[in-house]
Amino acid sequence: MRAFSALIDALVYTGSRNAKLKLIADYLRATPDPDRGWALAALTGALDFPAVKSATIRNLMTERVDPVLYALSRDYVGDTAETASLLWPEPDGPPEPEPSLDEAVQSLSAMTRVSVTSDLPRLLDRLDANGRFALIKLATGAMRIGISARLAKTAFAQAFDVAVEDVEEYWHGQEPPYSALFDWAANGAEAPSGEHVPLFRPFMLAHPLEDTEVDLADFAAEWKWDGIRVQLVHAGGETRLYSRSGDNISHTFPEVAGALDFPAVLDGELLVRGSHQGGEQGGAASFNALQQRLGRKTVSKKMLSDYPAFVRLYDALIIDGQDLREHRWDRRRAQLEMLMARLDPDAFDLSTLIEADDFDRLARIREQARDDAIEGVMLKRRDSPYVAGRRTGLWYKWKRDPLLVDCVLMYAQRGSGKRSSFYSDYTFGCWQGDPDEGAELLPVGKAYFGFTDEELKWLDRHVRNHTVNRFGPVRETDKSLVFEVAFDSVHESKRHKSGLAMRFPRINRIRSNKPVHEADRIETLRALVRD
Amino acid sequence: MGIHVVPADCWIDPARPVDRALVTHGHADHARGGHGETFATPETLAIMDLRYQTREGAVPVAYGETVSLAGEVRATWLPAGHVLGSAQILLEHAGERVIVTGDFKRRPDPTCAPFEVAPCDVLITEATFGLPVFRHPPVQHEIARLLAAREANPDRCVLVGAYALGKAQRVIAELRLAGHHEPIWLHGALERMCRLYEELGVPLGDLRLVSDAKKDELRGAVVMCPPSALNDRWSRRLPDPITAMASGWMRVRQRARQRGVELPLIVSDHADWDELTQTIEQIDPTETWVTHGREEAMLRWCQLHQRKARALALVGYEDEDD
Repeated sequence: MRAFSALIDALVYTGSRNAKLKLIADYLRATPDPDRGWALAALTGALDFPAVKSATIRNLMTERVDPVLYALSRDYVGDTAETASLLWPEPDGPPEPEPSLDEAVQSLSAMTRVSVTSDLPRLLDRLDANGRFALIKLATGAMRIGISARLAKTAFAQAFDVAVEDVEEYWHGQEPPYSALFDWAANGAEAPSGEHVPLFRPFMLAHPLEDTEVDLADFAAEWKWDGIRVQLVHAGGETRLYSRSGDNISHTFPEVAGALDFPAVLDGELLVRGSHQGGEQGGAASFNALQQRLGRKTVSKKMLSDYPAFVRLYDALIIDGQDLREHRWDRRRAQLEMLMARLDPDAFDLSTLIEADDFDRLARIREQARDDAIEGVMLKRRDSPYVAGRRTGLWYKWKRDPLLVDCVLMYAQRGSGKRSSFYSDYTFGCWQGDPDEGAELLPVGKAYFGFTDEELKWLDRHVRNHTVNRFGPVRETDKSLVFEVAFDSVHESKRHKSGLAMRFPRINRIRSNKPVHEADRIETLRALVRD
Repeated sequence: MGIHVVPADCWIDPARPVDRALVTHGHADHARGGHGETFATPETLAIMDLRYQTREGAVPVAYGETVSLAGEVRATWLPAGHVLGSAQILLEHAGERVIVTGDFKRRPDPTCAPFEVAPCDVLITEATFGLPVFRHPPVQHEIARLLAAREANPDRCVLVGAYALGKAQRVIAELRLAGHHEPIWLHGALERMCRLYEELGVPLGDLRLVSDAKKDELRGAVVMCPPSALNDRWSRRLPDPITAMASGWMRVRQRARQRGVELPLIVSDHADWDELTQTIEQIDPTETWVTHGREEAMLRWCQLHQRKARALALVGYEDEDD
């Protein structure tokens, strides 16, 4: 348990991704089974101990510490696990030896609502403050230490020098403490098999096209839809819907997950019905509509009827148990087209191909697609197999040109990691009316990339020399600098005072010579909304 | 602003200029310039002189010495163990004894005299860390963590943010006691106070200025700076620093994270919860008044232990950098 609590403690104070990866990888190499498997499960949120709730901890504390002092402490610290770990009364007499992580997990799993009140204190008595913090975080399932499942898998791959795509693929059939996975990665045993489990297969990804031109004899073109990439898997009588990161989101979109009933793995874009993408009939709504459905644990009937979801399919990895990944794209595409007749048209449609004679014509079609809330064009090599990750030369994404507005720098905040001493996060605004008649600036967005290191130094100096106010880590500037801001789209949003929110805003150009009163007005930005 | 001693018409730690000030210690929120007369220990006066050039009207009072003030008030300065020269002030008037602790701690500190327990009727105590979550670990434990981080990263330096008066010198002195005798590198803002400590008889060993260092000299070194410089441009010149901060607030993870600290060192010059409550029990006053910090929890503790107490809620004392 000590190694695990030291890991949790170190992760709390580590900002950089590489340093976090190293901490986790070092731990996974140095720690024996099954402790390291439990740790991995804890980091990826795969453990659940129903008997231990946040209220359980609060009750244990107020039996031991004056409730008023506990409440004052909890208010100050802002975290129940940390407050409890600091306030837990040290037991009298020599402490019993610390439990191993395995022992702690076994003990937590065995607890019931009744036994927890005596078993959990016994466990806490055997730990120091850091150990108590880690145990309570583990038990209540709220790590919140900035570790995504993806990061933990990458660290696992790094620790044992195996491909992260393989880790992703084998991971999903496994249960904590992942003995077979460690056996494979650390001891060279055979890879775990998952034929009868709805496993996630890592996605094939695309490179940006940049300035390359491709021959349409070799490449097929289709629209790049503005939804979220999903994989639908049916195996062993169960269907799961996976997001780009490999998270199981079946419960959020039950109407889609329930619509596939034979063994297959399909790749496509999750969208909500509407008229924006692909015309009035059978079209999709903008990303904003899809956002209403994302991240929900339960879905109401109203949600299902107001924002019905479907998948626009563009590839098939497995059909009827037959693995197609080695086949050429055009062969897979033909199989997918045949498959459509067997699929429920309410839950699925087919991503159409764009017919164009040559690249120039395709470029023109792409330009005209501006109004359709489409993200751009995908180019797929006709003879490409389906390979995990981003392989050069096979798939390209050709995003439409970004939208541009001129905004005024209003606030700047210090960055983190290697940018920790630099003002690198910029909030910018547009005029609410005519600036020459005293109109005010309203913040419309925030961006922290798009500029070079040299430009960052210049911007940092500008912020320091033009500060008019400070609010903790934030400085308000004298609003004397214009940014050309690039963004993919803009939507109505109640979260911002301007009523607008940009997608993927970035600093495209620093326009240090442009007078601020020539920056754009809110109306200009609002006219670009396509909701 | 401060505590008004009405019969003697003088102020303890006033925030604005007054005719007669009794000062407990040299931290800026307690010691200000511009008073007619300033009564304080010689060390505190030297610190104030360094900061505000306040030689005029300075009245040195040694520990244990008693001064007679107007209105038949007698004032005695007793060591508080907070920083060099820090004192509690014992006031006697009409047979009643009142102690103003100022800021204090009970742990041994190689840079200042230890807190002296004296009986009184009314104890006016600070409560900076007056919450039961604050229990400072032994300072040796934290210094060992600092040295271990240095040992494990020979290509980097450990940059320790520490309050310029008291904390910085204490960390340096504790590093020396732990056997670290290599040069310790200072941010310019710490230099004069460290020199003054040495002049006043607190040896700090080989101290050098970061501005004089060649870049590679700082690899594997301990560098000290005020907390405000930790994440500022100044630190860009250092070789990949491990950001540490020596403060009692580091006990709470979120506080350390807000500061961007990688290596939180729980080193405080204030009494922790146990020290605060033990001090009240030892002195056993008839009444306890709580000045600045987390008064609510201290009052609750007093109530639970059948002690008469009230909050003074003094404003203007800052404790963020301890």
